[in-house]
Amino acid sequence: MLDNLAILFNTPVLIVDLMINGMLIGAIFILAAYGMALVWGVMNIINVSQGEYVMLGGYITLVVVKLGLHPLLGIPIAAIALYFIGWLMYRSIIYRVVDRDVFISLLATFGISIFLAQLTNQLFGADVQTIDTKLGSWSFMNSMVSLAVIKVIAFFLALAFGFALWVFLKKSRTGQAIRATSQNARAARILGIDTHRIYTITYSLSAALCGAAGSLVVMAWAVHPYIGLPYTIRSFMVVIVAGLGNLPGVIVAGLGLGAAENFAGFILGTEFQIAFVFLLMIFVLIWRNRRLRRRRKYLK
Amino acid sequence: MNNELLAVRSVSKAFGGVQANQEISLTIPSGKIIGLIGPNGSGKTTLFNSIVGYHPVDQGSVRFQGKEITKMLVPQIARLGLLRTFQQTRIFSGLSCIGNMQISAPVVRSGLKSLFTKFPIDDMEDIEDILAFVGLHSKRHLLAGQLSFGQQKLLEFAMALIAEPKLLLLDEPTAGINPTLINGLIDRLRVANQELGITLFIIEHNMRVIMNIADHIYCLAHGQLLAEGPPDKIQNNQTVIDAYLGAN
Amino acid sequence: MRAWHYLIILLLAVSAPFILPDYRTQLAFLWLMVILALSWDIMGGQMGYNSFGNIIFFGIGMYVCAVFQRDSGLEYFQGLLLGMGLGGLAAVIIALIIGNALLGMRGHYFAIGTLGLSVVAGELAGGWDYIGAGSGLTPPLYPGEISERNVFFYFLFFVWAGITFVSLWWVYRGRFGLAINAIRDNEDKAEAMGIYTTRYKVSAWTLSALFLGVIGGGVGNLIGFIDPKDVAFSGATFGVWMILMAILGGKGSLWGPVIGAIIFHVTQELFWTLFLGWQRVALGLLIVLIVVFFPEGILGWLRQRYPHRMRDANNSTEKNKLNK
Repeated sequence: MLDNLAILFNTPVLIVDLMINGMLIGAIFILAAYGMALVWGVMNIINVSQGEYVMLGGYITLVVVKLGLHPLLGIPIAAIALYFIGWLMYRSIIYRVVDRDVFISLLATFGISIFLAQLTNQLFGADVQTIDTKLGSWSFMNSMVSLAVIKVIAFFLALAFGFALWVFLKKSRTGQAIRATSQNARAARILGIDTHRIYTITYSLSAALCGAAGSLVVMAWAVHPYIGLPYTIRSFMVVIVAGLGNLPGVIVAGLGLGAAENFAGFILGTEFQIAFVFLLMIFVLIWRNRRLRRRRKYLK
Repeated sequence: MNNELLAVRSVSKAFGGVQANQEISLTIPSGKIIGLIGPNGSGKTTLFNSIVGYHPVDQGSVRFQGKEITKMLVPQIARLGLLRTFQQTRIFSGLSCIGNMQISAPVVRSGLKSLFTKFPIDDMEDIEDILAFVGLHSKRHLLAGQLSFGQQKLLEFAMALIAEPKLLLLDEPTAGINPTLINGLIDRLRVANQELGITLFIIEHNMRVIMNIADHIYCLAHGQLLAEGPPDKIQNNQTVIDAYLGAN
Repeated sequence: MRAWHYLIILLLAVSAPFILPDYRTQLAFLWLMVILALSWDIMGGQMGYNSFGNIIFFGIGMYVCAVFQRDSGLEYFQGLLLGMGLGGLAAVIIALIIGNALLGMRGHYFAIGTLGLSVVAGELAGGWDYIGAGSGLTPPLYPGEISERNVFFYFLFFVWAGITFVSLWWVYRGRFGLAINAIRDNEDKAEAMGIYTTRYKVSAWTLSALFLGVIGGGVGNLIGFIDPKDVAFSGATFGVWMILMAILGGKGSLWGPVIGAIIFHVTQELFWTLFLGWQRVALGLLIVLIVVFFPEGILGWLRQRYPHRMRDANNSTEKNKLNK
């Protein structure tokens, strides 16, 4: 561990490399976190299966490629497929838990998370899988800093999707209805908004967003059946650090988390990277709670 | 003043840009019934919350029996003998009425051991007496969640009584109670005050009730203290009447 | 329940390994399931704090016991029993440390925090060479016949399940039980009544840790192999089962988790092999179905169906208090 730190100090270029590559994956976290914040804000449900939708997006893209299509085509296909999976989940399960207590919605989505992860494991096996887009990579500074082209594309696409959703929520009729429902579902219902429909759209949209993210993950990085939970935790962390509905905050938190994770992976060893993510989340929670405590409040 | 139980000194509290309480000072003398009135949104419940520690105050101080409690936490303040009831009644719906009372009874010994002890046996008589006093004796084995709203309100009052507070803050005790029962409630408040020696500080919208029982009344409007005085003075105070009727 | 009911249960439990000698291990696991469900229910059922992280105490107990057995050089039984005690102690200490920090949070935050905790524990154990890292740890072999070993562990688990049940029965009927129920119903009100809720919450969490930490060492020895992610900190088996069993039987009651554990374990032993590797998929589905359609559990359903017959069972503890 100290050796790695020493290497880091002696080769500042490496810091740049880790930083940039970390921030690139941070864009994916932003997208997943946006999906979680949407469902959280509108329906007051923490969707524990959020990360599994990212994972499923990756596997759908894998299937698309196996069918002989171009990987980039996997992005819209994964998004559309996940929209329907989200729709199905909402209509079969989630709508039954929307207005019930936290306990039920948490455990139900936790069950969905186990179900999807284990199902994928049965269908595709537990191996780590990836797609080679054959786009090559750029290198800078005597090839100390290397950037895979697909990661850069993924970065900008992720930000573009996030921006598109933001515009949709601000400008479109449906987007306004979603925002109204998130502020006060009962009032929205009285004013004639079909909240059931709004919830369906919100949940499906959130799944579609994660599907697109997962498609980018499988091309730029890799997937296996159990990457879901870490993505859920990362999204949760980004949302609680930034706060619901704080877009600049989400972007900074997502990119920062990506970079921090990459550094931790290098310094502690990649086998501790997941442990680092989860520990960081616990520390963030405790730290937030302490700060609230001073104001006679707590995380609720 | 020698017998001042609670002293609120220039307390202010803002939520975002809304000034809910502004420089409010008031004194609750020991052994009295004090009323707090004011139009909706004038900051009455916010003041209650500030006193019992639900949120930090922006400035000012709250002292209880001469002790500074401005920075203390809710359970610490409650243990000093300063309790409150809620406008939206809060009870433990999954426990029976007796269970609600048992958990509210004061703990003699505190510390790790008291977590696991049983209840003092003579508590049981007190509990039955107080439940009978508020008229819930026949319902004592029912789950509190099965009671009607008015009965839950009475149960919450009984829970406050068994805890033997020195000062009890009541947030609209008559709201939602069947009008025919209100006279009975007034009597019970008087008994609590005179025989159990509990000082009461009451938010109330029902003018007939509050004018009837209070020794002294404070009136809030727009987060500020508008007037104070004995009931008959307040009743005839032009600014108070204007505040309620909305005249400028 | 009358005294002779308990007597019959006791007799059945003592004679079970001799009536069904082929199923001794499975019967021992039955008592383990009861302990798991009961100890989760302290937090999840009685106190209303949904914890995904109780499994860490189980794993801590397992590792502490096995490491103690490996390094102390004591004879088998001394090593095992002392190790189990130490496992419980370690679990309690860790519960106290993290409980104070974690239990200030509520609802979503507590649940996700504990979920994170269980994963962290598995990841850290999988990377720590001293305890065998990813390749796991093998506790010492039982010095004797297999059948004798199974009887020994059967009674070990049975006794601890009995202690767990009786201790919980005792603490639930006093102030502790009422206080954690009050926290479940309305924590703000409990604080407003002057209850130091954090103290009770940490006590409940620690109690849960004690029961799991002690039994963890025994389970490690019975299974004979400790894997960080698939046995000790297994979110996909023991960690989920304890939640599922408690809810299936009826959370927030003393008998609910016991009934849930028995039904779940028996069904699992009889039908699980039919799923041919799809067990964990079925498990996920089962959680969703039970939580969404059957959240009150078997006992809750019985209570709604036969309110009069079941009310007696509800109020009996209260009447006892009154008669004193």
